[in-house]
Amino acid sequence: MLLLNRFLIAFAFLQPAAQGEFVPVKPGEGTEQLPAGPLVIAAYAIIWVAMMFYLWTIWRRLNKVETDMRALERRKSTK
Amino acid sequence: MRKLFMPLLVVATAMFAYAPFMIDQAAYESSMGLVSKIFYFHAPSGMVMLLSAVVCGIASALYLWRRNPGADRLAMASAELTVLYGLIVIATGPLWARKAWGIWWDWDARLTMSFVGWLIAISYLFVRKYGGPGSDKLGAALAVFGTANVPFIYLSVNFWRTLHPKTSVVPTLPPLIRGPFWFSALALFLMYLLLLTARLHLERQRAALDALYLAEED
Amino acid sequence: MFTRTALLVLKKDFAIEVRSREILYTTLLFALSCVLIFSIAFVKEGEPLLDAAAGILWIAVEFAGTLALGKTFERERYSETLRALLLAPAPRAAIYVGKMLGVVVLLAVAEALLVPLVALLFHAPLLAQPLLLMALVAAGTIGFSSVGTLFAAMLVRARSRDVMLPILLYPMTVPVMIAGVRGTSALMQSPADVPSAIMWIGLLASMDVVFMTIALWTFEPLMTE
Repeated sequence: MLLLNRFLIAFAFLQPAAQGEFVPVKPGEGTEQLPAGPLVIAAYAIIWVAMMFYLWTIWRRLNKVETDMRALERRKSTK
Repeated sequence: MRKLFMPLLVVATAMFAYAPFMIDQAAYESSMGLVSKIFYFHAPSGMVMLLSAVVCGIASALYLWRRNPGADRLAMASAELTVLYGLIVIATGPLWARKAWGIWWDWDARLTMSFVGWLIAISYLFVRKYGGPGSDKLGAALAVFGTANVPFIYLSVNFWRTLHPKTSVVPTLPPLIRGPFWFSALALFLMYLLLLTARLHLERQRAALDALYLAEED
Repeated sequence: MFTRTALLVLKKDFAIEVRSREILYTTLLFALSCVLIFSIAFVKEGEPLLDAAAGILWIAVEFAGTLALGKTFERERYSETLRALLLAPAPRAAIYVGKMLGVVVLLAVAEALLVPLVALLFHAPLLAQPLLLMALVAAGTIGFSSVGTLFAAMLVRARSRDVMLPILLYPMTVPVMIAGVRGTSALMQSPADVPSAIMWIGLLASMDVVFMTIALWTFEPLMTE
C-alpha cells in the first residue's frame, strides 16, 4: 500500500504542470484505473449537504431570535 | 425579496437537481474522464467564494469609514458564505485531485492561497464571535487587509510552480461544455444570493432584538 | 510635525527599552529557542535539509516578531498610556509610524543576530549576497511590522488578545513569508539566482507600499472610539 502511494505521488510529479485549456476526449479513449464514480457522487453530495445544513442553521438561529423577541414583547405588555 | 424567496429557493433547488443530467450529457475531458465532472461545481464555487470575499472586503471598508451598520451586516453575512463556499471548494478539490494527480492535497500556490483565504474568513468569524467589544472594527480591518491580499495571492500563483489548471481553462471551454458549466455556475450563484438574503435577514432581526433589549433597559 | 511626532514616539519607546531591555532580551532568547527547535526538526544525521535555512530564518523572525509586538503593546496597556498617546494633539498616523519603526528596529537587531547564526548552524550560504539579503530582510520586516503593528494596536482593547494576534497575523502575512522564503532560497543557490531574488524583493516592496497605505488609512477610524 505504501509502495502504491509512493508510486502515485511520483506519478503526480511526472504529470505535465498546469493545463492551459480544455482537451476533449478522443474516440476510443477513456479507460479508468481508479473508480471515479464515488468521488463525483461524494463531491455532489457534499455540496447538497453543506448548503442544506447552512440553510438549516440560519433557520434555527432565526427561530431563536424570534422566540426571544416574542418573549420580550410579552414581558413588555404584561408590565 | 421576501415574497420571492420561497419560489426562488425552489428554482435553485430544481436547478441543482437538474444539473447532474446536463453535466452527464457534456463531453468528457481527455485525460481525466468521469472525475473531471467535479470541475462543474468546483470551479464555480471558487468563483462565488472569491466574489463573496470581495463583497465582504468592500462592505467592511464602507463600515470602517462610513459607520454604516447595514454594511457591517453585509460583511458578516458574506464572510460566513465565503467560509461555506470555501468549504465546498476545499472539499471537492481533493476528490478530483486524488484521481487526477494521485494525491489528496499538494502545497501548490493556488491550493495554498485558497486555504489561506479560507483561514482569513474563518478568523474573521472567530474575531466577531470571541473578540468582545470593538470586534466589529477589528473584523472590518481584517477583511480589508484580507481583500488587499487577494492580488498578491493571485500573483504568487503565476510565480510559483503549480499543478492546478490555469484560469484560462474557463474561457476556452468548447460550447458543449460551456452550457452545463454556466448552468451550474448560475445555480450556485442563485443559491449564494438566497443564502445571503436569509443570513442578512437573520442579522437584521438580531439587530432589532438588541434594539428592543436596549429600549427595555432604559 | 508628522515626522517629529513619529520620531518622538520612537524615542519614547527607545528610552523605556534601553532602561529595562526586557523586550529585546525576550525576543532574542525566543528567536534562539526557535532555531534550536528547528535544528531538531530539520537536521537529519548531522546534515541540515537543503533549503531549510531560509524557512527557519523567516519563521524565527515571524514568531519573534509576534512576541515583540505583543510585548510592546502590553507595555502601552499598563496605566492606559496608549489612550494618552491617542489623546495627544498629534496626527494618529504619526503615532502608528512611530510604533512601527520601534518594532522594525527591534526586529533588525534580532535579525542581525539570527542571520549569521542560521548561516553558521545550518551551513547555509546566506551571506553570499549580503546587500540583496539585507534588502530582502528589510522589505520583509517592514511588511510584517506594518500589518502587525496595526493589529496589535487594535487588539489592545480586545479580550484574549494573546491568542488573537497570532491567529490574525499569520494568515495575513503569508504572502510576505512566501516572498521572503523564496527570495532567500534563491539567494542561497550556487550561483545565486539574482533575477528571481530581485523579483521577490520587488513583490515584497509593493506589498509594503500597499500594506502601509491601508494601515495609515485605517489607523484613524480604527482607533477612534
